[in-house]
Amino acid sequence: MDDDAVFRALADASRRRLLDRLHRKNGQTLGELCEGLDMTRQAVAKHLAILEEANLVSWRRQGREKLHFINPVPINEIAERWISKFERPRLTALSELKKRLEGKGDG
Amino acid sequence: MSSTYIYVTYIRATRERVWDALTNPEFMKQYWFGMTQECEWKPGAPWTMKFSDGRVADAGEVLEIDPPNRLVLKWRNEFRPELKAEGYSRCVYELDEDGDVTRLTITHSIERDRARFIEAVSGGWPRVLSSLKTLLETGASLPRSHNAPHT
Repeated sequence: MDDDAVFRALADASRRRLLDRLHRKNGQTLGELCEGLDMTRQAVAKHLAILEEANLVSWRRQGREKLHFINPVPINEIAERWISKFERPRLTALSELKKRLEGKGDG
Repeated sequence: MSSTYIYVTYIRATRERVWDALTNPEFMKQYWFGMTQECEWKPGAPWTMKFSDGRVADAGEVLEIDPPNRLVLKWRNEFRPELKAEGYSRCVYELDEDGDVTRLTITHSIERDRARFIEAVSGGWPRVLSSLKTLLETGASLPRSHNAPHT
């Protein structure tokens, strides 16, 4: 897909937050995604549309509900472009160290 | 409750080429980071995925097959007891042609809330799909970075 669309979609804190929420719990409805967010339903829907356009979010119908899923494939493509086979294990170790030192779990 | 992940990638290739890439053992080895798959690709046929050293990683069977549109596999991990205990998952491949691009959607789910198996494969699928896309679009697969996708 279009890298520009991916970067544009990721260049917004609210949209990254929506991706974080889907990463924590995949397959949520618009209503669930809105819970506890300081955004209108319309704003969340608009952000989701931009994420879908960039192929970062996909969805499927389950009964009457539309469930949203994070699609990590475009992010992986960006990472593969610059991270070589030799760097990956070192970067994983570094990111683990950073997480431990900063006291953050993932999500 | 169930656990589901959906992976979507757009590949500049015909649906037939993508289908061939999903079912041709020699081709699959190139983007599955050395892992091989054995199957006769007909309904009810057993399916196995093996590490390059021959150990069985995953196994199951073909539930539905409709070339070059749709493939559904019953899929269970065979080498990590805690994942094997979660039972069979369902993996659906769907191919849609859109101009000169094929949209490949993989829906991997299991009837179990917060399944560790689905978590375990979630790190592997994006890498396999990026590798498949690169291979089909440029003729070269991504370097075998380290371990197989979901070891």
